[in-house]
Parts: sequence; structure tokens; C-alpha cells
Amino acid sequence: MSENLIEVKNLKQYFPVRAGFKTLQLKAVDDVSFTVGKGETLGLVGESGCGKTTVGRSILHLYEPTAGQVFFEGEEITKKNIAEMRKKMQIVFQDPYSSLNPRMTVEDIIGEPLDVHKLYSNKKERRERILDLMETVGLNAEHATRYAHEFSGGQRQRIGIARALAVNPKFIVCDEPVSALDVSIQAQVINMFEELQEKLGVAYLFIAHDLLVVRHISKRIAVMYLGKIVEIADADELSDHPEHPYTQSLLSAVPIPDPKIARERQRIVLEGDVPSPLHMPTGCPFRTRCKYATEQCAKECPTLKDKGNNHLVACWNR
Amino acid sequence: MNEENEVLLSVRDLHTSFKTDAGTVQAVNGVSYDLKRGEILGIVGESGSGKSVSAYSIMQILADNGNISGGQVLYKGEDITKWNEHKMRDFRGKCCSIIFQDPMTSLNPVFTIGNQISEAIRLHTDKKGKEIKERAIEMLELVGINEPERRFKQYPFELSGGMRQRVMIAMALACEPDILIADEPTTALDVTIQAQILEEIQKLQKKMGMSVILVTHDLGVIADMCDNIIVMYGGRICERGTADEIFYNPKHEYTKGLLRSIPNISNMKKKLVPIAGTPINMLNLPAGCAFCTRCDAALKVCLTEQPEELWINENHKAACWMNIKEALDEGKGEA
Repeated sequence: MSENLIEVKNLKQYFPVRAGFKTLQLKAVDDVSFTVGKGETLGLVGESGCGKTTVGRSILHLYEPTAGQVFFEGEEITKKNIAEMRKKMQIVFQDPYSSLNPRMTVEDIIGEPLDVHKLYSNKKERRERILDLMETVGLNAEHATRYAHEFSGGQRQRIGIARALAVNPKFIVCDEPVSALDVSIQAQVINMFEELQEKLGVAYLFIAHDLLVVRHISKRIAVMYLGKIVEIADADELSDHPEHPYTQSLLSAVPIPDPKIARERQRIVLEGDVPSPLHMPTGCPFRTRCKYATEQCAKECPTLKDKGNNHLVACWNR
Repeated sequence: MNEENEVLLSVRDLHTSFKTDAGTVQAVNGVSYDLKRGEILGIVGESGSGKSVSAYSIMQILADNGNISGGQVLYKGEDITKWNEHKMRDFRGKCCSIIFQDPMTSLNPVFTIGNQISEAIRLHTDKKGKEIKERAIEMLELVGINEPERRFKQYPFELSGGMRQRVMIAMALACEPDILIADEPTTALDVTIQAQILEEIQKLQKKMGMSVILVTHDLGVIADMCDNIIVMYGGRICERGTADEIFYNPKHEYTKGLLRSIPNISNMKKKLVPIAGTPINMLNLPAGCAFCTRCDAALKVCLTEQPEELWINENHKAACWMNIKEALDEGKGEA
């Protein structure tokens, strides 16, 4: 990749949490750095609460980052220019139920970004664009005047995708965009994402829990655990040769739609629970559940190290 | 009757319809199947295929505008569609429980989870006072919730999605039902939690010897969990069989399309082949096969006549005209 579209440097996102008289820092994202190339898809996977959604939102300044920088085409994203930046960066939210205004018709939801950024010259153009977007995401044109509550979860998510696509962005944060869709539609949407990428060169940060989907759509995959990226590599490299013990167990948990493989496979079931991000373990965040953990893991947190061919792992034992 | 092959629940030609302003929606259209004791039966299909409604019909927890318009649901030989509400209340929870897709909306936000689990136990067992709490905490522990005593006093919003789903399972299993209906139990969860929950359901299923109807759209989950699979489309069963038959020898065009459209280890770098068109409009079902409008192989007869379910082999049935055509073609070849 010649140039980076998005560059995230030492991003930290802490949230203050009141605990009695004290205020604790919840380290949702703790010192995360990565890049997304132009027209590239970076998959981001991890368990609930690992901060993958927060990373996506911090990039768009939906939260004000605690520390660290985010660059879009070399230009730092700040409070001042974010409104303008959102013409180039959009997000598809995870929850199709709360991300659509119940008082607005589908037409107005999809049209809102067009209104905000004034991307049409007359009403007819606006309507045509909206209907075009609706068709792209597989919604009937006759649904334009309906309200969000009249749709199933899957259809609502498609409205959200149409809304993100409305401004023709260069970068979309896709926060679990297909997990709410039907399998037969999922493939259409994944193909649609891929086609849009080919056509418009849009880059994605693709956050999802379905690792098969992530592997299919992503060029590279980053794995997060408790606010930190533990491994980044090319999609195939990561899937075939996972290095970090957490990645290994994560991959072994993916349900494979093939009964024979499913029967023969050995799951690596993780001991214990994810520690509370309010009381992070010292050193490596994964050490409490890791069977290879040593004294060093408790003392110091490992940083991402290149193991060759851009396979970065943050583990003392690899 | 042999304990192992005992048919616990038998759904016979079930029809469920909903009255809407736009007309009557026939959500389930003549569905029949048997659930054996200790079996995990997977029902797979997309939204609007009637997979959830067929499960809700068993529990009779349909929305106000919905009703069972035909057919029978036999539980241990008794037709429960004839039962009154009082008897059904006993059936729900005690004989048959359900876990819903969305653990946030299926828990009451203004009561503690302890309160909600206790309610199920209080209603369906003779336990009193302290015993109820003990049982609730025991159940929370059983489904893998740490610090169950503390969780007992917490509200749903204080728990993560995976934890909430565990609470739902604890609640569903608190009265040791014969049948557990799991309606997309892991759809809202991510993969390691999904693996834990599925393992939990499998473990509890073996331990308690209950039968599970697993309703999902995720073929990976189905492959992982189920002995037998039913594929539904447009309110009808289009194919049924053992897991191996469905995955390696699909005989319905819809099943074939589904398997082509999901990313799998074998087709990672190839472009997915989606099923064309949009999900079916249940208000406007075609006269013939429900899938005919999206089917590449559709014949003339598919548009006008509903295909019968045909035996492919002893473990496999499919309702697709292509199989009949193939059989006829083969017959011609021999003649």
C-alpha cells in the first residue's frame, strides 16, 4: 500500500467511571496504533468490551480521544475539522434499533447526510439519490415513506448502510454491519461492500464478530483484547498461523458451517472471564487467561513486534 | 416406547397467520415435524421464513393479531393448541421454555435479575422463600456466571450481552423443562461468548436430557450443534435431514444457494454467490414454490404448483421440483 488513508497513533480512550468517592479510569482503548491503506479493508475482531467499537468511534470523534492522534490522508483529525471530515468518513452502526430516528421516514434518514452536507441541487435529485441508495442496499422504493419501526432488524441495518453511503465517503467504519442481516442477504451486502470498494476505492474498518466474514472481506485483520491490539497480520496469515494465544482460541471458537470440520475440531476454551477493564491485570492483559503466562508477562506489557511479512504480535512468548 | 426414540413434541400441519392492515399473512404454512427426546433440532431460515413463528406457535406466545389457524401441536400425545390459557401457563416454563434473540429486550429492565429468575421458580415449583433464592443462585452458577450472589441483585443493564443471555438460559432452565426453544440465542453475541453459550446449551442439554429446538440463521451454529436440520423458506419446510445430508448433499435450490452464499474455509478468496432478489413478501406468496421468484433453476411448474416433500433417502426429505425432474429424466434414460 503506497499511502495510508487512516493512521492511528497511540490512540487512548479513557472513560471516567464513578466508584463511590473515587473516579476510576476505564481504559476502553489503551495505546492502539494501526493504519488503513487507501481502498483497503482492515478487519477488527475481539470480544465484547475489548474496545473495538470504541476505536471506530474515536476515529470519527464520536468520542473525544483522551490521547493519541488520528490522521486522515496525513491531516490530523481535530475537533475543529471533524464536521468537514465526516463527509469523507462515515460509520455504519452496530445496533439497527437505536441508530435510526423513530420519528423520521426512511427517505429522511437516508437524506439527512445529503441535507447536512448539501449534496443536491433540487428535490428531484435528492429523491433520485435516495431511491438509488435504497436499491443498492436491497430496499424496495415503496418503503421510502415508512418509518424505521416498520422494518425488521435486517432491513433497518440496510437503511443505516444506505445513510453511510449517501455522502460517497472514502472511509467507512463498519461496526458489525452484517451481523443483523439474513445469510442470503449477507452475501449480497458483503459483495456490495466489495463492489463499492472496487468502484469508489472506499476503505473500511470492518468490525465484526463473524470471523469468517471478516476473513473473507479483509485484507488484513487486527485482533483486540482489553483495549489493546494483540496481533495484526494479513487475513490468511492470521487465520492459518495465529501466533498470539488469544487469537488461537478466538479462531478455534468460530463456528464453521461444515459438520465434519465442526465435529473434528478441538476448541481451545479459555479459562475464566475477561478481567474488568477497571481493574486491568498488570503487564499483559491476557496473562490471567493464558496458559503460557510467565513472570515476565505479569511485569511488563508486550508491544507489537514484527515476526516477518508484516505479522505483528504482542506476546513475550512468541 | 423406546425411551431414546420417544417423540416428545409433534407438530402436525401447523398453520399460523397474522391479521394485518394489509391483509392476512400466512407466516407458517403447513409445517410438520417431530422432536425426539434428547434431540437437538435446528430450524434454519431467513427472517420471514416462519422459523421463529413456528416456535412461538408451540408456546402460543404469538402477538395479538396472530393465531394458529390450523394443525396440531402434540406434546406427549396431547394437542396443546386446544388447551386453555391456564393450562398453557403451566406448560410454559415447566414443560417448554424459550430463550429469545435479544437478551436486552427480553429481560425486564426495572427488576433485578434475581427477581426475574425467582419469579419463574415461584410460579412453577413448590419452592418457598429461601429455597427459591438458593435455586436461582444455583442456576446462575450453572450457566457460568461468576459471583452469582452479587449478580442476583443487579439489574439487566449492569450485565454484558453474554451475561444477559446466560441469565435468560438460567431462567429458562430453572424449572427443568423437557423442551428448550432457543430462538437465535447467540445472534447478538460475539464469537467467543457464542462458543461459550452454545457449549453451555450443549452441556446442559446432555445433563438434563432435554430436547432443544435451535432456531437460527447461522449455518455455522447449526453445523456445530444439531443432529437434524429443517430448512424453512416462506413459511414452509423446503428441506430436512441429518446435518451431513443437508450440508453435503443439499437437494433444494434454496439450501444450495444458502451454502454458496456464506463464506467458508473452502471459498475464502472467491466471490460469494448471493441468492438473487430480496426476501419473500409474505403478503404475496407465489402460487407455487415460495422460492421460485429467486430460484435460477425454476421450471414452469414451480410457479404454479407447490412441490411435495419427497424422500431423497431415509435421512433426507426435500420439496423441490428439480428432484422430481431429475427422477423423471433418469427414468427416461433407463427406459
